[in-house]
Amino acid sequence: MMLVVVFGASFLAFNLQAYSSDPLSAFGESTAVNKNYLIAKTIRDLQLDVPPPIRYFSWLRGIVAGLWGDLEMGLTRSNIPVIEVLAQAIPVTVKLVITATFLAIVFGVSVGMITAIRQYSRFDYGITFVSFLLFSLPIFWVAVLLKEFMAIQFNDFLVDPKISPTVVLIIALLFGLVVAGFVGGTRLGFFSVLLGAAVFAGAVLSYVSATRWFLEPALGIFGVSFLALCSAAIVIQLITGLESKKGLRAGFGTAIAVALLYYPLQFLMSADASFLNVIAVFAILIAAGMAIGFVVSSIDRRVYVRIGLFTALIATFPIIVDRFMSEFSGYMNSDAIGGRPVPTLGQANDLLAPEQLENFWISGLDTALHLVLPTIALTLISFAGYVRFSRGSLLEVLNMDYIRTARAKGLSERTVIVRHGMRNAFLPLTTILVNDFAGLLGGAIITEGVFAWKGMGQVFNDAIRNYDLNLFMGVFIISATLTVLANFVADLLYGVVDPRIRIRK
Amino acid sequence: MVEMNQKSESFVEKNENEIANRETEGLSQRQIILRRFVKHKAAMVSLFALIVIILFVFTATGLQFGNINNPSIVPGWWPHSISDIDPEGAIAASCNGGVPGCPTLDIFPKFIDGDRAQIGEHPFGTDIIGTDYFALVMRGAQQSIAVMLIVGLLGVGIGTVIGAIAGYFGGMVDAVLMRLTDMFLVTPVIVIGAVIGFRIGNLGVIPLAILLGFFAWMGLARFVRTEFLSLREREFVDAARVAGASDRRIIFKHILPNAIGVIIVSGTLLMSGAIILETSLSYLGFGVKPPDVSLGLLISQYQDTFTISPWLFWWPGALIVSIALCVNFIGDGLRDAFDPRQRRHVSMKDRKMAKELSEKRG
Repeated sequence: MMLVVVFGASFLAFNLQAYSSDPLSAFGESTAVNKNYLIAKTIRDLQLDVPPPIRYFSWLRGIVAGLWGDLEMGLTRSNIPVIEVLAQAIPVTVKLVITATFLAIVFGVSVGMITAIRQYSRFDYGITFVSFLLFSLPIFWVAVLLKEFMAIQFNDFLVDPKISPTVVLIIALLFGLVVAGFVGGTRLGFFSVLLGAAVFAGAVLSYVSATRWFLEPALGIFGVSFLALCSAAIVIQLITGLESKKGLRAGFGTAIAVALLYYPLQFLMSADASFLNVIAVFAILIAAGMAIGFVVSSIDRRVYVRIGLFTALIATFPIIVDRFMSEFSGYMNSDAIGGRPVPTLGQANDLLAPEQLENFWISGLDTALHLVLPTIALTLISFAGYVRFSRGSLLEVLNMDYIRTARAKGLSERTVIVRHGMRNAFLPLTTILVNDFAGLLGGAIITEGVFAWKGMGQVFNDAIRNYDLNLFMGVFIISATLTVLANFVADLLYGVVDPRIRIRK
Repeated sequence: MVEMNQKSESFVEKNENEIANRETEGLSQRQIILRRFVKHKAAMVSLFALIVIILFVFTATGLQFGNINNPSIVPGWWPHSISDIDPEGAIAASCNGGVPGCPTLDIFPKFIDGDRAQIGEHPFGTDIIGTDYFALVMRGAQQSIAVMLIVGLLGVGIGTVIGAIAGYFGGMVDAVLMRLTDMFLVTPVIVIGAVIGFRIGNLGVIPLAILLGFFAWMGLARFVRTEFLSLREREFVDAARVAGASDRRIIFKHILPNAIGVIIVSGTLLMSGAIILETSLSYLGFGVKPPDVSLGLLISQYQDTFTISPWLFWWPGALIVSIALCVNFIGDGLRDAFDPRQRRHVSMKDRKMAKELSEKRG
């Protein structure tokens, strides 16, 4: 069935593109002496004398041959095999979208669920408005704004990174408002949380400004420990609730372990490190977290092991980020960068010295900085969808009878929402997530264009502009296959996570 | 409100639906939905704003039909048109050290009031060759709104028919139609749009919109099908069939009105998507082409001059965002109105009223 869909869609696309493009139009105003020869050559090379439906089948033969490992997608118009072009483009697109998708899912789903719990609060209305606004933003417009304000003006700001008191005050108040909205509660509680968060943010910003932190950013052991403790608190609250002593021990124990291992782990992240070392860091800390979870209790061990695992997983990120930050000032002052670290275009800096490129941390930092703008743009755009969807999904679940039953039998609100509510609200989300993964190409076409990344989107753009049918079909067949596969996986996954639904045999 | 007391005897239980029931007593389904929609403040404000925007945009520069090179024109109240150029005027209106064609819109700030309250000759400024930017933006907005409406209508029409037939007849028909839908669905709409737009974008926006509409119905068809699948099992459909109604009559007179909520809601989503799609295509160069104008095209033309003449960038963007935002909010209001399950909010005032009501009844 899936094959039929891909077959039909590719037939449709092939003919649509073949009939709507006219490779000979380029010769219309040509004055070349050998014009007739060129036209004849183009016709012969592209087989324009064969009607498109028939040409389609000669293209299809190459694809079908792929079933027994002999894939043939033809040549582009500049005589490069299509497969080679795609093999170069796909990793670029994946790199571009993967962080943004991940961030959008994490933030979108958590914010969406919180708005569902605080339905019809001011926070809910605020987030609803913001998500509708983001829905309505064209990504290319956001991209131009980001280039101006996040890149050009931020680079200007780095010359003398002092934040003026007014800006500190405004950011602190906004931060306080958001945090207080998250936490909710009575009016008095709301204002005390607002004040506390605002004072905290104000203090951090003043510190950042006074120490010229942006020129030599670092989290240091204090920042890492603080973030580890925060992640422990969130994980404990989600899994057992903060009143569980063993949960506290497992979570905060892991956080302390992360802090203690901060200095020893620096040896693993030396200048000649590679990606494997990063994985090793994750593995060590996760193993430590799971071990701590294992020893805190002799019963229900799985729960506490899970607390250790997730705390360690989240808390490792600050350590890695901290390591990247330590290269920042050297990177920024190198000749290639010249003190303007946030780029507006491209996927890597060509001017980096060879020894910088070899250093995993510096080249990683370079990639990360090039990813900043596209990632923010993509995250902002897809964030809204996840917020709306997860909000609706959780609200639907919270109106179910079994939630009422759970409340009636006296379960704590946390258990009701996390165990009975959120778990079930995640079910329909799985479908959306898988489908979104397949829709990456559509989102990438514009983003890659705006930020000059050479991925699938650019290949597609070129294919259309050059009337390059083979290249176009190469991009198309990959995206269509991905979508169909994703649908299939989504169906399977849904059957696995939701026993009520089983796929027809 | 008056009939309420007479009917109130029929309430025996003080259930929690009491408030909702009390509100809707004696009203038809349509009135209930309308009332819920009117109560949705954001949607009402957006509806008003959208109507104002549409009227403003379409009357300002008038209408232009047909080929861009030889249009038939219905004039509007704005004195300039997109084909007037005035390079000397643009240079005369320079500011910020030689940026031509500065905007003269300036009501109040420039503390207060620098150039007097003025709208002036070119409120949005002009481009380098002196074309009035207000006229350009209005023309672009007209195009975007036209695309939105055409794609919306076509998408809703085709999607409803296909979804309805697939859902109602089921079996083989359903399988074939849904595979067809899948075939269209596996291609990102922007890919199809780019292929079509690259070829026919120069014909103007209407043909582009019509062709886009033929490729925009898939999501809606799926929703309608699901709705039909559940509605056709209901008793009133059996009743109609026993009474001898034809399939066509059952589909259009009995089931369709019950599925109208899904159709309208996903129709509005389709429309807000269409506006972004058209601007994106024009931005990439696959949609409307110069000398015609579109909001996306304007942004793509002037994005590089953002630092020196930001007004050329802000206005088209602001219009896209406000139109799409209005449509999204209207869609949200409609969803709330059609889908009462979402509406579980019981305010303090409602609670107090319900309490009084039950006390009165004893």
